[in-house]
Amino acid sequence: MNYSEIMVRYGELSTKGKNRKDFIRQLGQNVRQSLQEFENLEIKAQHDRLHVTLNGEPDDAVIKRLSGVFGIENVSPSVKVEKDVAVIKQTAAAMMQEQFVPGMTFKINTRRQDHDFEYDTNQLNDMVGGYVLEKVPGIKVQMKKPDVILRVEVRLNGVFLSSEIIEGAGGLPVGTGGRAVMMLSGGIDSPVASYLAMKRGVKLDMVHFFSPPYTSYQALAKAKELTGKVANFGGDIQFIQVPFRKIQEEIKEKVPEGYLMTIQRRMMLRITAAIAEARHTKGIFTGESLGQVASQTLESMMAINDVTTMPVLRPLVSMDKDEIIKIAEKIDTYDLSILPFEDCCTIFTPPAPKTRPDLEKSRNFEKLIDVDALVKEAVDGIEIVNIKPNETFLNKQEDVFAELL
Amino acid sequence: MIYFDNSATTMADPEVISTYDAVSKQIWGNPSSLHNFGEQAFNLLEQSRQQIADLLGVSLSEILFTSGGTEGDNWILKGTALEKRQFGNHLITTAVEHPAIHNSMEQLKDLGFEVTYLPVDEHGRINVADLKAALRPTTILVSVMAVNNEIGTIQPLKEVGDLLKDYPKVHFHVDAVQGIGKGISDLIFNDRVDFITFSGHKFHAPRGTGFIYAKRGKRIAPLLSGGGQERNLRSGTENVPAIAAMAKGLRLLLTDEDKKVAQQRAIRDHILDHVKNYPLVTLFSEENESFAPHILCFAIRGVRGETIVHAFEEQGIFISTTSACSSKKHMASSTLSAMRIPEAISTSAIRVSLDEHNTMAEADEFNAAFDKLYDQFKKLSNETAK
Repeated sequence: MNYSEIMVRYGELSTKGKNRKDFIRQLGQNVRQSLQEFENLEIKAQHDRLHVTLNGEPDDAVIKRLSGVFGIENVSPSVKVEKDVAVIKQTAAAMMQEQFVPGMTFKINTRRQDHDFEYDTNQLNDMVGGYVLEKVPGIKVQMKKPDVILRVEVRLNGVFLSSEIIEGAGGLPVGTGGRAVMMLSGGIDSPVASYLAMKRGVKLDMVHFFSPPYTSYQALAKAKELTGKVANFGGDIQFIQVPFRKIQEEIKEKVPEGYLMTIQRRMMLRITAAIAEARHTKGIFTGESLGQVASQTLESMMAINDVTTMPVLRPLVSMDKDEIIKIAEKIDTYDLSILPFEDCCTIFTPPAPKTRPDLEKSRNFEKLIDVDALVKEAVDGIEIVNIKPNETFLNKQEDVFAELL
Repeated sequence: MIYFDNSATTMADPEVISTYDAVSKQIWGNPSSLHNFGEQAFNLLEQSRQQIADLLGVSLSEILFTSGGTEGDNWILKGTALEKRQFGNHLITTAVEHPAIHNSMEQLKDLGFEVTYLPVDEHGRINVADLKAALRPTTILVSVMAVNNEIGTIQPLKEVGDLLKDYPKVHFHVDAVQGIGKGISDLIFNDRVDFITFSGHKFHAPRGTGFIYAKRGKRIAPLLSGGGQERNLRSGTENVPAIAAMAKGLRLLLTDEDKKVAQQRAIRDHILDHVKNYPLVTLFSEENESFAPHILCFAIRGVRGETIVHAFEEQGIFISTTSACSSKKHMASSTLSAMRIPEAISTSAIRVSLDEHNTMAEADEFNAAFDKLYDQFKKLSNETAK
């Protein structure tokens, strides 16, 4: 079937009374951004639905992208035909034929915006339904819970037929839930946590700690590429790269081995909080999950969280690794996450980190380094790049290689 | 020369060779090296993997590189046996598989595994009812080829897959070495299949290349242990030039697949329609969609297959007895004997196998040569026409 338009139904936002306008505007903007590579699309966000006119762009690719945008309940591809009953009937029969499986039931559901059209909804239901029955042998009409509902909408500019409903990502449009900073390492967890934060409408800035030569440029490229994947679900993301080498060397030199990891984490959180404040964002997200590694015990979280009063949100806190991996696969970050590059979390891990660090000791050991100066230096040294949906960084020669392949 | 032995191997495509050449000269680093030069090779390796995954509509991590069909078959069978041995010791396959499957199964049998070989009907096709009856609580693997390499039968993979939906823990393997690029990818990539074997040199890629598809979450033990390449599942420094060349070969193969398939089918049918009228000819391949488009197997009764092959060779036409693997050993075709074709006939069988570069003019030439040779064969044949 050659679809001409995709109709997008809004999700939860329909229930939010006075914020509705903002939600619709934001969703429209997000949809535009996530579909920006399809040049010929026309996108109109109306009060009850959003319409994407394909103008020849591939329907499956557009639907796939749309079904990942938060705030969308579901989408229906539809065929636009002229206001001619014969054409409407033929198209309806062709659509039903394409989906037909033995024993299938259907009904026609006509809506009429154009009240000057020569037939009313009941007449249209009868005529189109009758024609389908005649042309698709074995199909049955059923009014209550049919397998397929064929919607016929008579609008001023044409007639739109649709029968498929493809589930959307749900959630809230990214940007309607405020802005926060995400601590992105490059592992499996943080992209999943980012995805879940965005699902509740939060717009994220990524903070990534970079420590060459202890961490490689590949690890940095991987974190950026992951950001590109996550951006598929909410549009462009600011990627903030923090120089961390000096702090790691200071800590390694001055802090007792058992507390290396705790102090390093405290410094990371301090810097992230400073960045978040400077950017007027309202919280910090992390990919921590309770009990997964030494730094993710409750004791550890308390010892680390001590450095800021800003809310630290952990969407994965009680998820099992298997559940996290499932989402990572769904959002297409898993394959990237498991690429074996050293990141800042693995390289300075002491052989036996304290799984139950003591808060007072953490505070005292931290006095061994010049915290304020180090934080200031790191924050002053940040580099920010804007990352687009699906932007790639790992393989700079992709185009050259494409010639070979 | 006319090359009609494409199921044995295909000519490497010049464009494929130019990729092999360029990569060998320019991007010869080890993908596992940390430095930039190695990283380049790593990126090319992964981009090749991505291209193959995209062409087949699967995920990057589901493609694992091998040295070819034989390794893929060995790996999936033995790797499953090793991985799942605490869950069961029973494997099922068909009586018409390639020796890479059959002999791997026999080796596993010697180690204490139990193997069921499903019988085939007169078309070389298994019956799903037989499979159902053969399944046991201890069954760990079912391996069914997509296209028979000797006569071209397409196995009922969809029905097998549907049946195995009730046995979700059984590994379902498809040997698709003869099936890729032949218009049946929906059948091969059915919604139940767990593992698929592919071989590069059957689609104009260099020898010693191949890959398997392994569905995400389905595990097999490695056979080659070592440096941990291919996700620790198949060690050995990656053959990047050949892999890149194979990725290109697959792209070229699948471009305009429908057109190429239709052309091969038309040529195959043109020869089939010609030879079927001769009284000494017994056809094994059939002129319908349940047979692959590129394979034609028939016997000229009373004349040994080798004799026919050499006679065509003198006319500049290369064909084979039923399969390249068995032809030099003077064995009767295993597929034909599984179809209960008497040995007197199956030793007279020959196979014509096409690719997308063969032409109708070649088919005409073959038919003309056939007519000429048939007159000689008629005198040679110790059988009277029936």
